[in-house]
Amino acid sequence: MEKMPKWADVILIPLISVILALFVSGLVVLYIGENPFEAMAIMIRGALGSAYGWGYTLFYATNFIFTGLAVAVAFHARMFNIGGEGQAALGGLGVAVICLTIPWPHWSLALVAACAGAALFGAAWAAIPAYLQAKRGSHIVITTIMFNFIASALLVYLLVNVFRVPGSMAPETARFPEMTHLPNAGDIAPWLGFRSSTPLNISFLLALLACLGVWLLIWRTRLGYEIRAFGHSETAAVYAGINPVKIIMVAMLISGGLAGLMAINAVMGEAERLVIDSVQGAGFVGIAVALMGRSHPVGVFLAALLFGVLYQGGAELEFEMPAVSREMVVVIQALVILFTGALDNMVRMPMERLFLSLRRRESGQETPAE
Amino acid sequence: MDFLTVLQILDSSVRLATPLLLACLAGLYSERAGIFDIGLEGKMLAAAFFSAAIAYTSGNVWVGLVAGISTSLVLAGIHGMASITFRGNQLISGVAINFLAAGMTVVIAQTWFQQGGRTPALMGDARFQEITLPGAESTIRGIQSQGPLGQIYSELISGHSILVYVALAIVPLTWWVLFRTRFGLRLRAVGENPAAVDTAGVSVVRARYVAVMLCGVLCGIAGAYLATALSAGFVKDMSAGRGFIALAALIFAKWRPWYALMACLLFGLFDAVGNRFQNIQVGEFVVPVQFMQALPYILVVVVLAGLVGKAIPPRAGGEPYVKER
Repeated sequence: MEKMPKWADVILIPLISVILALFVSGLVVLYIGENPFEAMAIMIRGALGSAYGWGYTLFYATNFIFTGLAVAVAFHARMFNIGGEGQAALGGLGVAVICLTIPWPHWSLALVAACAGAALFGAAWAAIPAYLQAKRGSHIVITTIMFNFIASALLVYLLVNVFRVPGSMAPETARFPEMTHLPNAGDIAPWLGFRSSTPLNISFLLALLACLGVWLLIWRTRLGYEIRAFGHSETAAVYAGINPVKIIMVAMLISGGLAGLMAINAVMGEAERLVIDSVQGAGFVGIAVALMGRSHPVGVFLAALLFGVLYQGGAELEFEMPAVSREMVVVIQALVILFTGALDNMVRMPMERLFLSLRRRESGQETPAE
Repeated sequence: MDFLTVLQILDSSVRLATPLLLACLAGLYSERAGIFDIGLEGKMLAAAFFSAAIAYTSGNVWVGLVAGISTSLVLAGIHGMASITFRGNQLISGVAINFLAAGMTVVIAQTWFQQGGRTPALMGDARFQEITLPGAESTIRGIQSQGPLGQIYSELISGHSILVYVALAIVPLTWWVLFRTRFGLRLRAVGENPAAVDTAGVSVVRARYVAVMLCGVLCGIAGAYLATALSAGFVKDMSAGRGFIALAALIFAKWRPWYALMACLLFGLFDAVGNRFQNIQVGEFVVPVQFMQALPYILVVVVLAGLVGKAIPPRAGGEPYVKER
């Protein structure tokens, strides 16, 4: 028997956890000496009050959808891919290689190729930890952490020694050619008030497609079934003839590929060149997003939107309330991870007890004992 | 490269290895008791900020040290609550603690000092000073005039802050506690087979909490060392991945104290060499500085791959203990 109705598990508990996280964040703002409600109003107005705000909010959300889906897919196979940061950085490298080496006649062709490049590089960076987990039993969390650092060193090396424009001091690649520039919201929907400088670009649609794709994969294909079965019980999955090595490898490759795709938005869509630290922590935000979204694409989308609001709103907040530093967003992010992830049982246990007692009262004295 | 240059590099290896060693031993207690801790980094960072902030305001570095340890203990308490009491995911809890520290230190530093997330520079008694051991020279000119043995004594052994010697002393202490006391036996047993410990009538929860708190104390010292001894004050993100290098060293050492010392000294040496030389010429090849920086991480992956021996973590690591009902 389920201890709780499904809606309580899927909606109520994450909601309570997020409210707890926001409450504690409010206390921090209060300690700094500002009004938390006013701070929240500034953040929401800054993120959603103008086309300018929406342009940034959805741009950030696009990044977080990709990294969130990446973490979510791995979660379904009961693996914790903490390496989204490194995989997305490598994805950026893939995009840069594609955009800089081939003279593309049109952005749509470049986009297809760059997607392949980003996903391939991201997946390749996830492949070694996945192989070590599958074949050697090395803990995927540790290896992916190490690969984040290795990726960061590798990218610094490549940008300084290989890709740097001769004569330039900045460790970044040359600007990508005109034909690889993706149309942004200002080009597509100027009637909504987007300017030509808005960072929101066509990758947002790509992110929505990725949500749909992940939903189809996890709940509508044989492979998705195998991934979920493996995540629920490895021994049962093996008994049912599912090959654990294959599932670990495939799930991690998809996860790495999704993380790599983030670079389409950040590197190809916005910066239009590869710079040092193009990921800017989005790989880690993906962990919070996946936890909050309960690893479901719809949940991931909503959570990514919330974090988009937090990131854009946080920038506005720092502008209007100089006492509140931008790092407040990192604190909120930490609290969301803490309450929805690590302290999940703190909310869940009392809720389960509550629902059990409610049910007992409903059924009356019919079933006094089990 | 003359003898004194080698000594100087080794000297700076010891300085750079100290925070790694303290954090590594911290992780050793926690992980031996079956609680994975990837929040070493966050605990160090938070301790670094509060030790520097309190040392600055009080003017006394020892007060700062206590503040740093207390901060780290609070975070360790959260980790313990999440992973022992509420049986949550220890890795996710560690991630949360790292972000909490990264965000909170800057937010509070901005509120207290308005210097863009740093503390004012520490001076005088607000810092751990270098100790000159009896009979050692402390000036470069004095050291240059000595013989090789005297140079080793003056340059390498003397002239560190008290925390360096404390960290080195904790290595044999940890070995003794873990392998020669009843408490240590229980702590290790809790990490290998908590059910057996429970059957013997020893509280698993209590043993794990003690281990997590010991981890907090050591991370606190590590953080205080970073901000008040290695540098003079806190700057944003000053732990710079050291918590993860310590984690790497712990795996490299296969969860054993003496090997942890060796691993940390080795990683400290990488750091020192990387700081001193930008690129290293080895025959035809030039080893880039980024390679030196990534080397600890690469080595750990190699060890985890089982190419050099096999790193087997404590068996009950990462698993919350549920009493049978």
